[in-house]
Amino acid sequence: MSYFGDIYKGIKTLLTGMSVTGKYFLTSRKGAITQQYPDNRKTLKMFERFRGEVVMPHDENNEHRCTGCQKCELACPNGSIEIIWDRQIDPESGKKKKMIDQHIYHLGMCTMCGLCIEACPTDAIVWAQNFENSVYDRSYLTKVLNQPNSKLKAGVEE
Amino acid sequence: MNISLNITKTITELLSGFMSEGAANIGAMVTIALIYLAIFAVAGLYLVLLERKIAAWFQLRLGPNRVGPWGLLQTMADALKLVSKELTGTVKADKFLFNLAPYFVIVSSLMALSVFPFTQEFQAFDINIGIFFLIAISSIGVIGILLGGWASNNKFALIGAMRSGVQTISYELSVGLSLLTMVLLTGTLQLSEIVEVQKNGWLIIQGHIPAVIAFMIYMIAGTAETNRAPFDMVEAESELGAGFHTEYSGMKFAYFFLAEFINMFIIAAIATTVFFGGWLSPFGITESIPWLGVFWFIGKTFMLVFLMMWFRWTFPRLRIDQLLTLEWKYLLPLNLLNIILMAVIVWLNLTIQF
Repeated sequence: MSYFGDIYKGIKTLLTGMSVTGKYFLTSRKGAITQQYPDNRKTLKMFERFRGEVVMPHDENNEHRCTGCQKCELACPNGSIEIIWDRQIDPESGKKKKMIDQHIYHLGMCTMCGLCIEACPTDAIVWAQNFENSVYDRSYLTKVLNQPNSKLKAGVEE
Repeated sequence: MNISLNITKTITELLSGFMSEGAANIGAMVTIALIYLAIFAVAGLYLVLLERKIAAWFQLRLGPNRVGPWGLLQTMADALKLVSKELTGTVKADKFLFNLAPYFVIVSSLMALSVFPFTQEFQAFDINIGIFFLIAISSIGVIGILLGGWASNNKFALIGAMRSGVQTISYELSVGLSLLTMVLLTGTLQLSEIVEVQKNGWLIIQGHIPAVIAFMIYMIAGTAETNRAPFDMVEAESELGAGFHTEYSGMKFAYFFLAEFINMFIIAAIATTVFFGGWLSPFGITESIPWLGVFWFIGKTFMLVFLMMWFRWTFPRLRIDQLLTLEWKYLLPLNLLNIILMAVIVWLNLTIQF
């Protein structure tokens, strides 16, 4: 009797599938996921997980969290990140310490793999959600992530 | 409203006022053919738009909404673009057959439209073997597909065409047998008579259990007949590129595309006529106004077209062996049993009549 059992099971599973898509059809007006991009340019907000470009957030005192450990530079598979660093005397402790001068990021070479962000031990670099990255000259794609005169936030290194 | 709905007779009488009888007959035929061609070419375009919109809603998208209000002119613009495109072909193609194939497909699907009774007497061609004619015509289209696949001298096209041949020949049986089941109940093949019989209740209610089974088998086999998903091995994009119409471009491609949608309309229209009472209104609520029958006929047809689109956007594509298993091991034996069941029900007068 498994012949008729198979037919019954087949019809039942087909109807289950149709009920799922039918529910989506009925609720489609409210939940359409299409973004009509150039029209809603002002209000469009990309979702959290979108990988636009790598940025280094700075707080209101112009302080970042990058210690210059170069783990991101090592992790990058195609050399998009270059860190120019120097040993300078730390004004607080008076010892010589590694400090970044420029964290250079080549957006034109980046494949958005995210390995640098995973490698960063201090969460100094994160993904930004902007996506309008086209420029008129290639040189604009080379970006310095740390702002001028910024310094390391206290307490990050501990 | 006192419009004569018998269009063939009206036009013939109009024309015979100023020409001989034979010329008037031919003139009426040509006029009606042109009217049908114009109406259904546009209707086919709008079916494409409907399909795209419904697909979008199933997938939580918006669908075409840029050309015209709500995208209503999208498919018109597409057709205009296709008309203006170059007709390409392969060097080693069989030119004659290659050019002939699209016309086979589109002509056979447009021919089938002539026999449908859209409302009382509104029928271009009322022959007494209507169902038989429909089954015969609907299987001519596959010759066009086979010719196109063979003549384009392309491996993908050939495989697609051969698959289409296998599929259409197999499922032709189920379409025919499930319609035969209903013919047992009506006792006639003439479509206008079949609708007449249903004044005592639509056939799907009159024939209850076997009619419902026949309807399910008909819809499955009809979807397969039109080569639509989940039975679209003919043009399985992941395996065969575009299948049998890989080498076609421009208007010749558009003929294949349009024929697919008109075929879908035909399959739904046959189901409407045979199972759901054709142009009859539910419970006879608009019986006194015959021209409203067009509305009911189109309405029911579009419900069934929607059902076929629902299939398409829900079910994954079958493999070729699964396709043949479904037909020969499941649909065909069930269909034969169903015919016997229907015969017994008709013999013992167990039908439900109002």
